[in-house]
Order: sequence, then C-alpha cells, then structure tokens
Amino acid sequence: MGEWLLFYAFSLVAILASALVIGQRNPMYSVLLLVASFGASAGLYVQLDAPFVAVTQIIVYAGAVMVLFLYVVMLLNQPREDASEWDRTHPLRRPGLARLGAILAALLVVELGWALVRSGTLGAFTGDTSSLASVRTIGQVMFSDYVFAFEATSVLILAALVGGVYLAHREGSR
Amino acid sequence: MISPSFNAIVPMLCATAGALVVMLAESWRARGERMPLGVLGGIALSAAGIALALLWDQQASSFGVIVADNFGIFVSLVVVVAGLVSIAFSSQVLDRDGIPRGEYYALLLFAIVGMMMMATANDLLVVFIGLEVMSVAVYVLTGIRRDDPRGVEGAFKYFLLGAFASAFLLYGVAFTFGLTGTTRLDGIGQFLAARSMSSSPMVLLAMGLLLVGFAFKISAVPFHMWTPDAYEGAPAVVTGFMSTGVKAAAFAAFTRVFLSAFEPFSADWAPLVWYLAIATMVLGTVVGVAQHNLKRMLAYSSIAHGGYLLVGLVAANQVGKEAILFYLAAYAVTNLAAFGAIALLGTADRANDTLQDYRGLWQSRPMVAGVLTVALLSLGGLPPTAGFIGKWYIFSAAVSAGYYGLAIAGVLTSVISVFFYLRVVVMMYMTEPAGTIAPPVVSRAALATLAVTAAIILYLGVLPTALLDLAAASIDTIF
Amino acid sequence: MTSTHYLVLSAALFMIGVFGVVTRRNIVIIFMSIELMLNAVNINLIAFSLQWGNSLGQVFTIFVIAVAAAEAAVGLGIILALYRNKETINIDEMNVMKW
Repeated sequence: MGEWLLFYAFSLVAILASALVIGQRNPMYSVLLLVASFGASAGLYVQLDAPFVAVTQIIVYAGAVMVLFLYVVMLLNQPREDASEWDRTHPLRRPGLARLGAILAALLVVELGWALVRSGTLGAFTGDTSSLASVRTIGQVMFSDYVFAFEATSVLILAALVGGVYLAHREGSR
Repeated sequence: MISPSFNAIVPMLCATAGALVVMLAESWRARGERMPLGVLGGIALSAAGIALALLWDQQASSFGVIVADNFGIFVSLVVVVAGLVSIAFSSQVLDRDGIPRGEYYALLLFAIVGMMMMATANDLLVVFIGLEVMSVAVYVLTGIRRDDPRGVEGAFKYFLLGAFASAFLLYGVAFTFGLTGTTRLDGIGQFLAARSMSSSPMVLLAMGLLLVGFAFKISAVPFHMWTPDAYEGAPAVVTGFMSTGVKAAAFAAFTRVFLSAFEPFSADWAPLVWYLAIATMVLGTVVGVAQHNLKRMLAYSSIAHGGYLLVGLVAANQVGKEAILFYLAAYAVTNLAAFGAIALLGTADRANDTLQDYRGLWQSRPMVAGVLTVALLSLGGLPPTAGFIGKWYIFSAAVSAGYYGLAIAGVLTSVISVFFYLRVVVMMYMTEPAGTIAPPVVSRAALATLAVTAAIILYLGVLPTALLDLAAASIDTIF
Repeated sequence: MTSTHYLVLSAALFMIGVFGVVTRRNIVIIFMSIELMLNAVNINLIAFSLQWGNSLGQVFTIFVIAVAAAEAAVGLGIILALYRNKETINIDEMNVMKW
C-alpha cells in the first residue's frame, strides 16, 4: 500500500513539475522546477531498487548540470519572454511545417499509448532483484562488459569540454 | 570471460592519441610558434587507416561491443579518408578564416573516433555513445567561427534538433532493451528471431523511435530541417567533412541495426523506409533546384543522396547492400571534392559561395573549375564518374528487389538534379567573370588534393570493380 | 506494481518534453525540455532493469546521465555564443538563414 502511495506521490510531483517547467515564462523558475522533477524521479529510482542511480541523479543531474543551467540563465540575464511572444503561435518552424510537426507529435502520442496499452500485461517484476541494487553489481557490469563504453565516455567528455570552453569563451579576452 | 583483445579498437586509439597530441602541442607552443598540427593529425589518421587495413578479414572483436568486421572497416576507412582529405584542405582555410587550429584538429579527430565507434559498434549503448562523441564534436565544428552569426546559428539549430533526435533514439534503445533484455545487436537479433513476436506493438514502437533517431542523423525528409542551415553556416571544409563522415557513420549504424538486429521485422520497417526514401529524394531535388547559394544547394543535394542510399536499404538484397557501401564511398569522395573547391575559393572577407560567384571561374581558376565540374557531374550521376556507377547499382538493386516505384523516382529525381548541377557548370564556362573580385590564391597542396579526388572520381567511374569487390567482401561478413 | 505504471509515467514525461521542444520559444527552456525527455528515458531504463533483473539498465542510465552532462556543456556553450552574436534567446529570431 505504502509502495503505491509513494509511486503516485512521486509520479504526481514529477509530472506536475515537468509540466510547469515548460509552462513557465521565467526560465529561472523552470530550472528550479526541473530540479524538483529530477528529485521526484530519483525517488522513483529508489523505489525501483536503484539507489545508486538515484544518488547519481541527485548529485550529477539535479546538482551539477542544473547549476550549469542556472549560471547560463543568469549570464543571459533575459529572464522573461515577452507577453506578445508568448501569445504568438508556433515557434520552431514556419506554419506549414509546424502543423506537420504537431501532427507527427500527436501520432507519436497515439502510438505510445496504443503500444503501452496493447502490451499492458508486461507483468510484475519477476526477475531476481536481490543483487541488482548493489554498487558492486553495477561496478562489475560497468567495468567488465561495458568498460569500453566507459572509456568512450571519457572521450566524449573531453570533446565536450574542449567544445564547451571554446564556444563559451568571450572573444578578445584571450 | 575471454581475455580482452584490443585489436579492434586500435584505429580508434590512433585517432584519439592524435587528438590528444594535437591538444598538447597546441597548449605547449610558444607564442607565435606554429606547430604542424595538420601533419600530426594526418599521421594519426594514416596510422588509423593502416590499422584498419591490417584488420581486414580478421574479424577482430574487442570487449564484445566493438566488432571490426569488414563492413565496419570499410565504413571506417571512408571516414578516415574523409578526415585526411579535410585536413589537406584545412591548413589554408584555417589561417584565412582565423579558425584556431588546435581546437579544430582535435575536434575533427574526436569526431572521427565517434564515427569509427558507430561503424564498428555491436551494442546499442556503444552506438549511442559513438553518436554523441561524433555529434558533440561536429556541433562545435559547425560553429567553429564563433563570431560569425550564421555559423553559430547553424550550430545551434544542428545541436537542438540533434539532441532532440538523440532523445528519440535513446527512447528506442530503452524499449529495445525492455523487449529483449540486452543491448547487444547480435543478442537482439537472436532474441527477436527466436520469438515470432511479429507486429507486437512494443517492437514497432522501438523500431519507430530508432528510425526517427537515425533519420535525423542521415537528414532524411521530414527530419532534414537542420541540414541546409548547418551546411550553409559551417565553414565549407567542415561541411564537406560532415556531409560525408556523419552520413557514412550514421548510415553504417542504421544499416547494421536494421539489417542485423531488426532483420526479422523487415516487413514492418521496409515500407516506412520506402516512404522516407521517396520523400527524401523528391524534396531534396525539388527544393535544391531553387537555391542560389552553392553550399545550400549542395546541402539539398546531400539530402537527396541520402534518399538514394535509403533505396539501397529498402532493397536490402545482395546488390543493394553492396551498392550502399559503394555509394557511400563514391559520394564521400565526390562531396569532399565539391566542398573542398568551394572552401578554397573563399577569401577572408567573402565566402564566395553564391552561384554568381562562379561566373567565368574557368578563366580565372581553370584547375578548380575542372575539379568542381567533375564533382558536380558525379553528383548528378553522369558517366564516366563514380556517381554514375553508384546510382546504377542502387537502382538496379531496387529493380531486382521489385521496387520499381523507387527506381523510377530515383531516375526521375536524378534527371532533375542534373539541371541544377549543370547550371553551375554553365555558369563557370559560358559566362564572363564578374571581374571585380581578384581570384583567391590556392595553395599547391590543396590543389594537389583536389586533383587526386577528381582522379579518384573518374577512376571509380571507369574501373569500379576493385571497390565493388571490396564492398562485396564487406557484406559477406555480416548480414 | 508493474513496469507498465512506470512506462506510462515515462511516456507522459517524454511527451511533456516533446511538447516543450515544439511549443516554446525560449531556447534555454527548449533545451530543458530535451533534458526532460532524457530523464523520461532513464525512468524507462530503470523499470526495464528491474523487470529483467538485469543491472544493465542501471548502468545504461548512468551513461545517459554522463552523456546528458556532456551535451549540456556543449549546448550551453553554443547558447552563450549565440547570445553574444545575436543578443536574443528567442528562437523566432534565428533567421539569418531561412529555415
């Protein structure tokens, strides 16, 4: 019973916070709500027997990455969208393509719902979950089968570092 | 567990080491000192190329997630050649445009590492990470002229839609994992083949999301919106690299995932790819005709060429798979020559990339005009060029697989596309130069590289059998 | 408790993210919507991980978090460079080149 209560509580927080992230005019609030959404997800991870990922989520995602976002929002120093912009219709493309995009998105919603309902009886969690959660198991998988992916991620982070620093560097301050 | 073998990742290690050396050399140089960074990058890529050649037919596999089969090696070699040619063109362009050399070469090499990872990955997780390594590096390369609004805007659009597409791809990977309990491509293939869960909605969902993700990366219509802006905004030499390398790597991963892991469901995805192919060929060609900027026109041409590659994927027979590989190689050399010529014709204050800038080029720079002509004819698929042979095989694969509609659409769009390629050629030969602008200086090394690419285009157009045999040998090892 | 509950939740979060990307004009918020989508995928992966009794899903999630961090660094760098050039973060004004 308590399990269900927690699931619905966290889900509600996650969905509400996420909906508010994209419904805010002030990006500063969006960032904070995104942190709330990530926090609720972390709660769900704990319920799903993944405490290590939950901690990583809080520290790296909700902590570090969101602080990065916060800094950028502050650097841009342009918190609000104008009301006139807010009222205007579609942003990303010209009207014709926008409609196409909206139709495709709606189709995706339908497809997602259909697929999830049709395969609704995925069943309860049956696998052996006794050792799933331990950091040892995660470490074993990460550093045996996926050690290459781990090393590849270091290349990714290095490339992102070079690129991020280069682009964010202010012209003429070298 | 078998003791890990590192053989299959040696090419990636070479390129990574090259990137690190370039970064260190740049940071340790004295003020005003010039490091031969391009040469360092070229050496690293040559080493990677040699390692790839040595791995041919070895079926090397490392950590279970990287499989250097001939297919992966073929595509990796295309990517390495694209990198080498781009480096050969870069030196002159970087100095002219004030692009910092250290960051440029390091990111170029990182992008190549990601591309090779995608081409040889046997695991969806590694495909995803390779895709991100490649994408992150190419986003930055697109905006490498950080004080040029067009470049940064192109980079931004590319980044935004690229990240959006990555999320879709990842969602598809998550569903695939949920279905099969593994991310290994061979494992997924075995699992799906063992259970006939045909038309299960989860499978369709997973395939659909993966398809969207890959379609963005190969800029198939209707997921192509970023392409014209990113290609136009980036420096021409980067455009040449990303239009060939990114497309080859993404297509390799696309082909591998859909023709090995999701092969049992080809009846479900082939119709979708059929529509993508038609839409891509038609839109790329029709919109391309209306362009006045040569880079933008070639961006649409590159979209259309993605459509021809998709035709090979739909046909999915022996000829079709060979044709995909041959076409990737032929298209890579051709596009590198075309964008290389454009890059070399720019000057510090003008990109010289509108059609009017090519008036009378034959008189001012006959050599560049000649190479550009060969490249454009090859893009248009006229004999005796590599593009002609590539299209010939793609369309004959479609016909032999019974997809007459695709073959007809392909031939028609090719004929239309010849119009806009020839328009540039006519502009170069038949009109007088505008006269006011002094022709830009082009370095010897760059001219020599241009000549080599043109020679390869013609060679593949006349004697394609060697490369076709290689393509056939690449196909034999998988699928 | 079945994985379907989590899948539906994750689908809902994913769609909120997609909706944000296609309707918002502030590029920072659009970018945050993409982060929402990635987070939704993570919930999916963790649920599948438990369903299969296979910790690969959790490992995958950690990789996704790392990738998202790298993407965020580059993306925010691009946004800063863009703002320096154009003094706007409104996507409607990205029109030096036509869409």
